[in-house]
Amino acid sequence: MSKVYNLMFAGVGGQGSLLIAELTSIAAAHAGYDVKQTEVHGVSQRGGSVETHVRFGDKVYSPIVTPGEADAVIALEKLEALRFAHYLNPTAGVILVNTYEIVPGSVVNADKMYPYETIEYLRGKGLHVLTLPASQIARDLGDGRMANVVMIGALSTRIPIPDSSWQKALHLRLPARYLEGNLKAFAAGKQAVEAEIVSN
Amino acid sequence: METNAKPKTETQPVRELLLANQAIARGAWEAGVTFAAGYPGTPSTEIIETLAKRYPETNPRWSTNEKVAFEEGMGAAIGGLRVLVTMKHVGLNVAADAFMVFPYSGTNGGFVFISADDPGMHSSQNEQDNRYYGRMGKVPILEPSDAQECRDFVIAAFDLSEQFSTPVMLRTTTRLAHHKGLVDVGPRREVSQREFVADAKRFSVPIYRKLHRPKVEERLEALRAYAETCSFNRVEHSDNAVGVITSGISYQYVKEVLPDAGVLRLGMTYPLPPEMLRDFCGRYQTVYVVEEGESFIEEYMLSLGINNIQGKALFGVIGEYSPGRLRQALNLGAAVPQPFTEDIMLLPRPPMFCVGCGHRTVFSALRQLKVTVAGDIGCYTMGALPPFEAEHTTFCMGASIGTAVGLERAGHDKVVAIIGDSTFIHAGIPPLIDAVYNGSKLTLVILDNSTTGMTGDQPHAATGYNALGQETHKLNLVAMCKATGVENITVVDTWQRKEVARALRKAVKYNGPSVVIAQGPCMQLPEMKRRGIPPYTVIEELCTQCDACFKVWCPAIKRTAANFPLIAGDECTSCTVCAQVCPTEAIVLAETAVVA
Ligand SMILES: Cc1ncc(C[n+]2csc(CCOP(=O)(O)OP(=O)(O)O)c2C)c(N)n1
Repeated sequence: MSKVYNLMFAGVGGQGSLLIAELTSIAAAHAGYDVKQTEVHGVSQRGGSVETHVRFGDKVYSPIVTPGEADAVIALEKLEALRFAHYLNPTAGVILVNTYEIVPGSVVNADKMYPYETIEYLRGKGLHVLTLPASQIARDLGDGRMANVVMIGALSTRIPIPDSSWQKALHLRLPARYLEGNLKAFAAGKQAVEAEIVSN
Repeated sequence: METNAKPKTETQPVRELLLANQAIARGAWEAGVTFAAGYPGTPSTEIIETLAKRYPETNPRWSTNEKVAFEEGMGAAIGGLRVLVTMKHVGLNVAADAFMVFPYSGTNGGFVFISADDPGMHSSQNEQDNRYYGRMGKVPILEPSDAQECRDFVIAAFDLSEQFSTPVMLRTTTRLAHHKGLVDVGPRREVSQREFVADAKRFSVPIYRKLHRPKVEERLEALRAYAETCSFNRVEHSDNAVGVITSGISYQYVKEVLPDAGVLRLGMTYPLPPEMLRDFCGRYQTVYVVEEGESFIEEYMLSLGINNIQGKALFGVIGEYSPGRLRQALNLGAAVPQPFTEDIMLLPRPPMFCVGCGHRTVFSALRQLKVTVAGDIGCYTMGALPPFEAEHTTFCMGASIGTAVGLERAGHDKVVAIIGDSTFIHAGIPPLIDAVYNGSKLTLVILDNSTTGMTGDQPHAATGYNALGQETHKLNLVAMCKATGVENITVVDTWQRKEVARALRKAVKYNGPSVVIAQGPCMQLPEMKRRGIPPYTVIEELCTQCDACFKVWCPAIKRTAANFPLIAGDECTSCTVCAQVCPTEAIVLAETAVVA
């Protein structure tokens, strides 16, 4: 059976992890793959953690990614990277982390307990961690909310979906007034990872 | 990892990537539905929403509650239309009275209703398996396994409904309803309205229903025969010693975990086909029954005397299934990794009230009052969690009022019931009538945020808009409460924290039933997001670091390294509550701070 790619998107409600999962699914479909995506709705507007699974390949059955099997985990926030890191295939996968911290507002004294050391910790576990300051990159481009699209720019360097399909997905899914900025964000994410790989 | 695998060519036509709920809506539209009704509830909500957005010719509506939706649907179907009714699993409890009697008369136009179950309780108060309802009501149950089948089965369900003149249940689960997949779609079929023949013996007079009782059994037997050959059930034989009987989304997990096993995929899980089950099990040494939820298929098979099966003892009845869970149960491969928690703090991130949510002030005040609070179902259920912890019971929609009345009888001298506007309209009016009628002195708080917030902001009767966004009569909540006999009714702006606290204090003291309506639209409503929002900011020179603003528990208020509050300008909704609590007026509109 040919390979099915397993992706896990993690973030905090409001960060747009669902949107980039969908952009990835659309891009994969456009590239000719079968694709399935699963998301748990409900708490996304209320600042809870949000996980979305995307699987694509010749033929996809389950929409669910099994822990230990993700080719990539795309985390829009550090604590969420930690929460979903066990989904990663520990030998072949890569976890892409936006080095951005959102301290849970609903937990008393959360700022004192936040796992700031997540990146070093995950590296210590032998995982392949790529970090990038996606929120900063997006802010420099004029809108911090585009951090999510920076992240899929980064992801695009790791999975076999051609650029033309990503472009198509962005065109199909985003309102025209946001398109130009997001195309730049996508390109910036791509460049950031390429630079980071060199420095690794 | 592999990065140089070749992408596919781009020449194939792109099918639509649809959420399974969108695929259901699409199927209903293609099947020629001309009436659709539902009440919001995860994971069913997107069906009516999609119909409203893309297929208004299906005449979709949000009804007051699931029972009303079901009854409107019955009427429309008897009147000859093709009808779709949608609800989450617990919605069928509300609609059960209508549901249980409809099969006696049977339907005229096709009648299909969606029961969206929630194994794992992602957003529900229980995990009930509604296949038992299908069996109790003696109606066929269809269970698709992916988004494509959601569309296909809905279309076929209408033909089935009309062929047997029976309501048909299409059961989904959260994982199915909320997954996206590629779907081939087709055009709409225009179905002409069937003639309605008034027939008191069929449609009314309970005494005649006795005559129809045997017909229900005859229909069931006919359906059982149909199940043996229908295309919903599919056999994929193999020469493996292991066979699997499965249904719904679990089919996909089985294909991942046991790719070489023989499979009987039951797309129709009631009535079940006895011969097909016997035949299938006769060909394999061991047969696993993989069904999420209760032991529904397995129990039936045991009743047939089939005993080379293994099901619930291996896979369990609680929660969702997944490929990992099946693999673990079957001892295949390595253990599924667990989250990293060793030597690190994996902080939870529970959901909370949104920035600017008007519910916050009410729970702060209730916490101060130290009263017993019977809660209800909605975003405000979060008032039970830290830091507020000011809600002591939550059961089901509308239960706050009845529970409060009961607690009062049990000796809690001052009880407060708290309920959202949508929930009040759904199931809160009869218990309020009862409270007054039976002499309760409860205080009812209605959180009037002009929407059904929990399920993603759908309109309801007190918003003045219908599912299609058209203006309609706006139910007057004050007049409604007055009509029940409550005389002490106060309406407050929910963002005026002192007013809210005062109103609650007075209402609780009042010697008789009282109502406080806390008004303020949900911040997620498009009109609230669209309004100009001047953010607030902190003037550090005036701040004494007393932390009062942090006790508002607004997620937009962060802490700086120097221990000052910092209001995230792009998150602030200008609700003003933090500025109201600041004793030194250090929190001001950002634009005025610049001038100062
Ligand atoms: C019988 C039933 N139907 C539907 C639901 C799904 N549901 C949960 S809360 C809710 C309503 C929330 O609206 P509202 O009461 O106005 O409170 P809000 O969330 O806006 O604060 C609904 C429809 C349910 N739990 N039970």
